[in-house]
Amino acid sequence: MSDIKDDLEKTIDRICDEHCIKEVFMSSEAGVWPKALWQALEELGLPQACLTEEQGGSGLSFEEAMFVLRRTAFHAAPVPLAETFLAGRLLSAARLKVPTGVLTVSVSHANDNLQLAGSQASPTLSGHAHRVPWGLSCDHLVVVANRNNESYVVVIERNEIAKSSAKSVKNLAGEPRVQFDFENTQVSAFAPLANAKERLLCEGALMRSVQMAGALQRALSYSLQYANDRVQFGRPIGKFQAVQHMLAVLAGHVAASTAAIDAAVEVSADASDPFFIAVAKSRAGEAAGKGAEIAHQVHGAMGFTREHNLHHLTRRLWSWRDEFGNETHWQIRIGEMALKQGADNLWPFLTRL
Amino acid sequence: MHDFVFPAVALPESANLLRHQVRDFLKKERDAGTFTPRKNSWSDGDAEFSRKCGQAGYIGMIWPKKYGGQERTALDRYVMTEEMLAGGAPVGAHWVADRQSGNQILRHGSERARQMILPKIAAGECFFAIGMSEPDSGSDLAAVRTKAVKAEGGWKISGTKVWTSSAHRAHYLIALVRTAPKEEDRHAGMTQFIVDLKSPGLKLSPILNIYGAHDWNEVVFDECFVPDDMVVGEVGGGWNMVTGELAFERSGPDRFLSTYQLFLASIDKLGEKPDARSLNEIGRFVAHLTTLRRMSTSVAGMLTKGEKPILEAALVKDIGTAFEREIPEILRQLIPSEPMMDDESTDFDALLGMSTLKAPGFTIRGGTREILRGMIAKGLGLR
Repeated sequence: MSDIKDDLEKTIDRICDEHCIKEVFMSSEAGVWPKALWQALEELGLPQACLTEEQGGSGLSFEEAMFVLRRTAFHAAPVPLAETFLAGRLLSAARLKVPTGVLTVSVSHANDNLQLAGSQASPTLSGHAHRVPWGLSCDHLVVVANRNNESYVVVIERNEIAKSSAKSVKNLAGEPRVQFDFENTQVSAFAPLANAKERLLCEGALMRSVQMAGALQRALSYSLQYANDRVQFGRPIGKFQAVQHMLAVLAGHVAASTAAIDAAVEVSADASDPFFIAVAKSRAGEAAGKGAEIAHQVHGAMGFTREHNLHHLTRRLWSWRDEFGNETHWQIRIGEMALKQGADNLWPFLTRL
Repeated sequence: MHDFVFPAVALPESANLLRHQVRDFLKKERDAGTFTPRKNSWSDGDAEFSRKCGQAGYIGMIWPKKYGGQERTALDRYVMTEEMLAGGAPVGAHWVADRQSGNQILRHGSERARQMILPKIAAGECFFAIGMSEPDSGSDLAAVRTKAVKAEGGWKISGTKVWTSSAHRAHYLIALVRTAPKEEDRHAGMTQFIVDLKSPGLKLSPILNIYGAHDWNEVVFDECFVPDDMVVGEVGGGWNMVTGELAFERSGPDRFLSTYQLFLASIDKLGEKPDARSLNEIGRFVAHLTTLRRMSTSVAGMLTKGEKPILEAALVKDIGTAFEREIPEILRQLIPSEPMMDDESTDFDALLGMSTLKAPGFTIRGGTREILRGMIAKGLGLR
């Protein structure tokens, strides 16, 4: 690991060990914004990690920013860091100014039908946004909307969000998700961006994959610790071959999905590569389901309690694998790419990088 | 706890050039009718094709030039092997010699063994078999009972090896043999010997596999003489040598491409616009394959740097062999078929039948899934 990543890891571990504690998880599931945690991240400029220095970023590379995201997911930090990254990158791509504070985006969904209307001087937004993470805690919401078959990146401020029709729900991890029905909502900034929907979908899938890598890694380390500590039949359960083999399979899912995700991150700094992102999201989604199953099986009843921390990871894995396209969505896209190549050209396609 | 990290590897320009050279070589041979693609996996061999690979410099690539090698990197060799397998080339005759036997001789063999054997392997004219398993020693390799007794100028080996692939087509066998009685350290006292398969005191008989093919053999040693300079490495150091080479043997593309030709046939069969379920399954396989390639090239990169990624290799083999076994199981549900025994064609059904029959071996040969998972668990800090 590079020195920078090493430092980032220590810093994030320190912040999360202090702030990602039981009371914070409980209150954040009850809808309370984890102010101190976000502030600690903000003091180090980590929410701006994906931006260039002229946009107010902290000068980290894209890979380093993704490392920050992965490590906060390792701690199941209940904050919209991925969403703030996504909003910032979408705004930069559209050459819009990136506001400071908590940002979020709308998770891509087939039912989304946001339309940009109104005059140039007073533009408005109407339509349905299916799932907005931390939609009522953010300072700015960034969405993709259409006007005359052109796609736009659109910014809405907190005051305008508060006036909109909103329905709050929680994902399986207890993180806030908000459904909005906008009607002539005032827009604070907008700019056209070709393929904005696809861009958000790809980057969202990439960031959810990165988060899953972090959560899977922690679920593995909890499982190993538990297998070595928990004594049954006079020895640690990790001495039993059946348990060892389950953990070996879990480690395989963690290693393989992490390798796939790393590959996608490496090629996505400037423009996302749908193929490698599809591989990462589908591989991570599969690892999330199979990995969470094993982690819980190893932990037995203890891991099924509210008391143990395992569920903060596994409930996130079960949520994140569904957002920005599940395995089937991305596998079908890969299948289409593969079959378009045909049998003779598939291998050259797979080895092109 | 071991980390199991698979960092990116940038393939050198030489490897990219080589990739296209191998593709051109295979196209020429295919066009000339030397081999029928789709039919082969790495366990299928053709001595004449191996000789051509030798002439083209595709065997023993990483060895010194004075032993017939090309002094290329493990990454170059990686690219050559994946191109051969993806191209459906019949590389089985020289595979074991190139992948492991030659490397052992280069690292641990006597100078005479190196000079006599390595150039012939590199020329594609000398093939090897592996003599490890015995009737009472499969996964538990330390239970080996075949023994060698010191004689004048060499050793006399007696005992029985089984499931010895291609021994009847190979020139030599590297046998793991007990040279000292079993003690407290059950891994001590074992030695590897290069055995000329034409030696007196050797008797080969076929062991047919589940589809009736003769690939395996029983090899009975009856005071078979092996000269001192055909001992590989230190007497008594066989165990460390065998386990030390596992990273070469377990992490390559041969551990996940065994059913790739069947996969290609399914793509032909499905056409450009199959149903969503087929697209989904094909996409999943491509995602897994892409990930396995990343992990496997990463291990090749570690080998190039002189590291010993034995645990990473075990992980790649565990995941890779599960992947290659799953391919026929899923494809048969996408493309209805009824494979028949002894179908020599290259139809999808014939390939599916052959893959189904061969699949049980994938997760047994070269270290069973259970042995690998035990190693991985140990690496994770369990036990």
